[in-house]
Amino acid sequence: MLLQLFWTYLKVGTFTLGGGYAMLPLIQREVVDYRRWIDETEFLNMIALAQSAPGLIAVNSAIFIGYQVGAKHISPTKGRVLSRMYPYMAVAAAVAGAVLPSFVIILAIAMVFANYSHLPAVEAVMKGVRPAVVALIAAPLLRMAMKANNPKPFRDGGIALLTWSLAAAMLIWLAHVSPVYIILATIVLALLCTWLGEHHRMRHNKAAK
Amino acid sequence: MLYLQLFISFFKIGLFGFGGGLAILSLIQHEVLAYGWMTEKEFVDIVAISQVTPGPIGINCATYVGYTATQSVWGSVLATGAMILPGLIIMLAVCKVYQVLRTRFADNLYFQNTLRYLRFAVLGLIAAAALLLVTPATFIDPYSTILFAAVFVLTILPQLIRSPRPALQRTLSVLSHPILLIVLAGVAGYIIYS
Repeated sequence: MLLQLFWTYLKVGTFTLGGGYAMLPLIQREVVDYRRWIDETEFLNMIALAQSAPGLIAVNSAIFIGYQVGAKHISPTKGRVLSRMYPYMAVAAAVAGAVLPSFVIILAIAMVFANYSHLPAVEAVMKGVRPAVVALIAAPLLRMAMKANNPKPFRDGGIALLTWSLAAAMLIWLAHVSPVYIILATIVLALLCTWLGEHHRMRHNKAAK
Repeated sequence: MLYLQLFISFFKIGLFGFGGGLAILSLIQHEVLAYGWMTEKEFVDIVAISQVTPGPIGINCATYVGYTATQSVWGSVLATGAMILPGLIIMLAVCKVYQVLRTRFADNLYFQNTLRYLRFAVLGLIAAAALLLVTPATFIDPYSTILFAAVFVLTILPQLIRSPRPALQRTLSVLSHPILLIVLAGVAGYIIYS
């Protein structure tokens, strides 16, 4: 069971190029369709949770699935202590499987790349790649902006929030403010705006009566 | 001391890294450049390598930075572990109270709005990450600008053009694949600069 979890995540981790989001469909196929460890509704809930929590989505999903699978498949023949530990061991197996492939590959590259990065040919290739990378970071912004506005395009303060996105970008870019403060400020702002909105609505309701 | 700094930095990155790999890039960029663990050029190179190797970009960056900063495998282990740790603690807590959470939190207005606001903040983070990389080190001549524009356009093209012909649509989405674009840009770089 633990080995199966480890193996499943190792496979998904090895064969998905291009980040955490690309892993999700493969994880779904393995965990929901093939192994039937959890059902589809649970899987969708899991993605929502993994996206809401900070950290990497692929790793967060490994933690959640590991825990759920471990909690469900506790063998009655094992001792009590072992049964209690089982979900955590399952989490460790899944996370190790998810992280290990990229860890090993990147470590190997880190050890080798430094020795070759000064070769003229490598430097020439990287000169071409660097602006492409900047484009790859910038290009998804448009689609993400549309998605952030879902399900109500540009309503409910969507324009104001986009202004905040812009302000955040400028603060980090020009004033070198740490993104950590931007995240903290955003959370405070969200709670404050929600509280004000609720307050206003309650007063309005009272006045209507 | 270096190891402690690495741990704190990557713990922070893991804790405040909402919204997936690209958003986390902005946090990593700020930390590694602030401590001088990498130059801007090295940072772009590692993002490029992350794009063409398997696994989450965050893990790739943490592993690479951990190694280059300490010249030791343990630096990689520490940075990667520190980055996963906040998510691990939070997700395990979430698992414990999952049933309560699902019914109470899913409809909670404060929770919902915070997530919505964060999605917009993440847009700013990613935009800043891209803007900070537009430097003389990455954009060395007009060819750089052409390569940037070409990759940018090819990436967003399948979203802009909704072709009624499935074959064309498929070609466009194949052409917009980040790995292919990086390889093509690398080939172009080799032809232009060597």
